[in-house]
Amino acid sequence: MALRTLATRRRLGLGLGFQSIRGLQTFSLPDLPYDYGALEPAISGEIMQLHHQKHHQTYITNYNKALEQLDAAMAKGDAPTVVKLQSAIKFNGGGHVNHSIFWKNLAPVREGGGEPPKGSLGSTIDTNFGSLEALIQKMNAEGAAVQGSGWVWLGVDKELKKLVIETTANQDPLVTKGSLVPLLGIDVWEHAYYLQYKNVRPDYLKNIWKVMNWKYASEVYEKECP
Amino acid sequence: MGWSASCINPFPASSHLLVAINMSKHLKSSQIPLRKQKRAWLGNEKARCVLAYYGLQKPPYELDALEPYMSRKTLEMHWGKHHRGYLEGLNKQLAKSDVLYGYTMEELVKVTYNSGNPFPEFNNAAQVWNHDFFWESMQPGGGNEPILGLLQQIEMDFGSFTNFKEKFIEAALSLLGSGWVWLVLKRNEKRLEVVKTSNAISPLLWDDIPIISLDMWEHAYYLDYKNEKGKYVDVFMNHLVSWNMAMLRMARAQSFVNLAEPKIPVA
Repeated sequence: MALRTLATRRRLGLGLGFQSIRGLQTFSLPDLPYDYGALEPAISGEIMQLHHQKHHQTYITNYNKALEQLDAAMAKGDAPTVVKLQSAIKFNGGGHVNHSIFWKNLAPVREGGGEPPKGSLGSTIDTNFGSLEALIQKMNAEGAAVQGSGWVWLGVDKELKKLVIETTANQDPLVTKGSLVPLLGIDVWEHAYYLQYKNVRPDYLKNIWKVMNWKYASEVYEKECP
Repeated sequence: MGWSASCINPFPASSHLLVAINMSKHLKSSQIPLRKQKRAWLGNEKARCVLAYYGLQKPPYELDALEPYMSRKTLEMHWGKHHRGYLEGLNKQLAKSDVLYGYTMEELVKVTYNSGNPFPEFNNAAQVWNHDFFWESMQPGGGNEPILGLLQQIEMDFGSFTNFKEKFIEAALSLLGSGWVWLVLKRNEKRLEVVKTSNAISPLLWDDIPIISLDMWEHAYYLDYKNEKGKYVDVFMNHLVSWNMAMLRMARAQSFVNLAEPKIPVA
């Protein structure tokens, strides 16, 4: 009986590694759907390993910690602490959300990474931006212009059903910019490219498209705009 | 390109701000031999346009002098690419119009910040200033503790040097995203405080006097320490921070802030 309950709980979480034990939420590091070295030479194995095992894991650890503290504060009715924890939750929770999407946005070349989108997403891109190259150029320009740390996104506006390019600062998820659903996100924090590309962020942005998983983006798009 | 080859730089090499005179509008053809160009320049008093640009300041030590705590590779990248990149970007932006000419770097930072509505030049100018300040905040054989008046002031404002060190490290590790950590002398409160700022912001913008800074952008430590920020911050506090420079800055700050004044409450 207890086993069945545990199994049911495991199905929750939208693929974010969510587990609920005794009502306390904890998240865990999702596995990468490919090897660390599988995205070479666009992104080095060293970066992928550090990025996944150290950075993403740290966000998850700190997110769980913040949620635990939030739980305690809410139980006590400690409003100032609840408010104080919001920045840690936004930062670490956002980091977890964003990176979970990021791993799915990338795919090794032999698994379709870099293949241009077909179907409705492909034609919508051509209509909205002129061509795939134009979209890539625009996203790269916006990504290169991000000052400090942040992300550049291709998203779809849930209400207007339009494709949008947006940037977010630090680990703010795309939802903070409106009712947008992220299709593709590129991490432009320095840890995402520094060991390989050093300060030349534009080179990283140019090369990451060679391992971009358009299949995933198309799936999400077709779900939002059937 | 437009620069007369015989353009004389009237300012000494160590100066930060350089001014050159663009004579290209005079010379009808770039085919004119060098000697004739020289005569044309010397004979012509009126310059059609003046361009100002800033020069890149070198850290006050060799690029490998901070080894093994901050590698030469990091200095080469951080100073040679990032810092230089900000400077060249700034010069390119300034080439467009002379509205922002004639400022020292510190003044330029405050002017381009525009009280919170920054001009595009702000990011570059602020980061140039921040990095100049950062290189000078470190020295080979740094670390240890300050002495004399600075130590007394730290003990007065933080309780003890250890307490200050803990506060500084905690600020560095709790900074979300890119930014800087500062030991700053607050002008109004007349005390030292630890402050953390994001991206290119610095305490100059609210008129306080920075004493020491630590760059917490990832490019500052990633090559040497990867994701281990804690190690980087410890190494900075124990082996790199220049308390000599801090004392110098405190001494200068006391021309502007009277620390000896007793805190008499207003009736």
